[in-house]
Amino acid sequence: MRIALVGQPNCGKSTIFNHIAGYKAITSNFPGTTVKYTETRTRFDGITCTCIDLPGTYSLTSGDPAEFEARKHLLSGEVDVIINVVDASLLSRSLELTLQLLELEIPLVLCLNMMDEAQRKGIKIDTKKLSDLLGIPVIPTIAKAGKGLRELFTVAIKVAEEKRIGKTQKFSKDIEETIDETVESLRSLSPNTKLPLRFLAIKLLENDPFFMKEIKSSENMLKSIESLQGRVERIHGVPSDEVISSERHALAMNLFEKVATIVHPPGRDIRITIDSWVMHKIFGYFILAAVLYGLFNVVFGIGAYIEKPLMDFFERWIIGFEGSAGKESLSFFLLRGVLQGIAGGIAIVLPYLVPFLIGLSILEDVGYLPRVAFLMDVFMHKIGLHGKSIIPFILGYGCSVPAVMATRILEFPQHRFIVSILTTMTPCSARITIIFGLVAFFINPNAALAIFALNVIVLALLGRIFSFLYPEPGSPGLILEIPAYQLPPLKNTLKKSWYRIREFIVIAWPLLIMGSALLALMEYLSVEKYVNWFLSPLTHLLGLPVSVGTTLIFGLLRKELALIMLTQALRTTEVLSVMSKTQIMVFTIFVTFYIPCLATFAALWREIGKKGALLSAFFTFAVAIILSLIVRVFLEVFVW
Amino acid sequence: METTLDQIYENKKVRVIDIRGGEGIRRRLSQMGIHPGDVITLLRFGALRGPVLIEVHGSQVALGRGVASKIIVEEID
Repeated sequence: MRIALVGQPNCGKSTIFNHIAGYKAITSNFPGTTVKYTETRTRFDGITCTCIDLPGTYSLTSGDPAEFEARKHLLSGEVDVIINVVDASLLSRSLELTLQLLELEIPLVLCLNMMDEAQRKGIKIDTKKLSDLLGIPVIPTIAKAGKGLRELFTVAIKVAEEKRIGKTQKFSKDIEETIDETVESLRSLSPNTKLPLRFLAIKLLENDPFFMKEIKSSENMLKSIESLQGRVERIHGVPSDEVISSERHALAMNLFEKVATIVHPPGRDIRITIDSWVMHKIFGYFILAAVLYGLFNVVFGIGAYIEKPLMDFFERWIIGFEGSAGKESLSFFLLRGVLQGIAGGIAIVLPYLVPFLIGLSILEDVGYLPRVAFLMDVFMHKIGLHGKSIIPFILGYGCSVPAVMATRILEFPQHRFIVSILTTMTPCSARITIIFGLVAFFINPNAALAIFALNVIVLALLGRIFSFLYPEPGSPGLILEIPAYQLPPLKNTLKKSWYRIREFIVIAWPLLIMGSALLALMEYLSVEKYVNWFLSPLTHLLGLPVSVGTTLIFGLLRKELALIMLTQALRTTEVLSVMSKTQIMVFTIFVTFYIPCLATFAALWREIGKKGALLSAFFTFAVAIILSLIVRVFLEVFVW
Repeated sequence: METTLDQIYENKKVRVIDIRGGEGIRRRLSQMGIHPGDVITLLRFGALRGPVLIEVHGSQVALGRGVASKIIVEEID
């Protein structure tokens, strides 16, 4: 049995999903966190079911690719029951999607989530009445506390077994007549269609681009639909899609008024006062700067405090082995490689990665990120990127892969292309680790801040150039929901951080240890010299020690490797003894910008195609070289 | 008096009269619950012609200044 979770963005679908699946889908207080669907198999009351967490969709009208994904899945005919999750505190708006889901004629359960939030807003909902009106079960839940979820799934399975279909709600008389006529002409002209005819008829009257393209081949069909659309427009004096959407809106409002009562006016909400500061014209930016600076200092403070003693500890260990195993023996080389791989993970990556990811998770779950989008929109505008494109960039500070995938929330392919390429150059947590562990630790925190600032400036300039080369396709500008603040559900925040940290521990770290051992072996056999020799034109150009060549290759697998292999390649953790400050800066800047890591490259390939992915590799490589050269010359002439 | 949403003072309540935009923009606004006839409260303006923040049907939505200028509204007291 296949159960699909469907709902508007940020209503808690993934929270429900995680509750039954264990932590599998990233959640945050941010519309559009899920852009592809996640599946899990589970057992309920002895029945094996597959539960699917679909991306949030405001309606069944095709909009951005993430919404399209959700709709495609629902129309595939494979879903046995839909659980329509709605934010009960936003019931009137959410019901518009419910009305469209009813038209799909698939068994449906309405899940009124966030009942606590609705209560706080003073909204009381008569679930019995709503259930009668829609002809489907209505289950109140509070997903973050796990309340009502057991009942929700039990009921969903029952509805699926009974194949119980809800009541489609009726529009005004003249629209219903037109819908009937459309259904008739669909029945006679295209009898093979598998979709519910009423649903298809309404979509065609709405002039939905996807379905209009489907019928384009049949001239009679197209003519008949166009004349029906024309009639609706003549009667109402506005385009047919607007007529239908207003009708649906009126139906939803009507339902809402029948079942909901405002018990008390929403109390003076402290969150509104907070927002008046956080989103303030001037103070908002000070707060943003303070939050980022605070996060930076906390991460660096914790990281540096742990890095130093651990590094010393491992260094002493390695020197100890050198004495007992002999400096030139193979076993010492391998042991040193493995130990440095382990040390790199514990002493260099995790001390920075853990506090950073916990910090990021808290900001996400509180709901601060959409506010950042609000504050930054005007600047994004200045560089020719609009509205929602800030979201992939913010996610990019965590990891480039979800950032590239998040470009699916952008409507125009040009925007997706530009933002995908630019976002791979935002320092992800791996590169942030490099910036902290190398620059902040060995030079000073301000130098690290300078790298972040340089990164933002370069991205802004590149955005400007790109948008000049690919002029606007008529962007509709920002339309973004700003969800209410939530106290971070501590358990969820920690689980999410762990989910991301685990990614490093199980995938990157073993790779790191193996890579480190491999490099040691290459050194023992003197093979690494050839790699370094091959890359020497590049390292010479950048003024870096020749021995860092191999690390740049390893960095293509995982960016963290570039840093950790560095200590291995230089044969010491005392980086300053073999590299100058300028060299450290140039190395870090090069690694921050150059070619996306393997996983990101694969994501780019999926999202913008082979050509786009290859182009981004060449482009970022060029940008990295140019920037590193500029920084090298600047630092050599003016600073050190 | 009819005007556009970007011409309203902060903390004013308005009713939407019309949306002067293409199909795409109308669709996306209707998904947020903004149609002719709906009541919107303008909460605040962003700096430097940044987006406007509005409240509609109990949720907060940020609209780019360009989008706001396409929404025709009348003030209600």
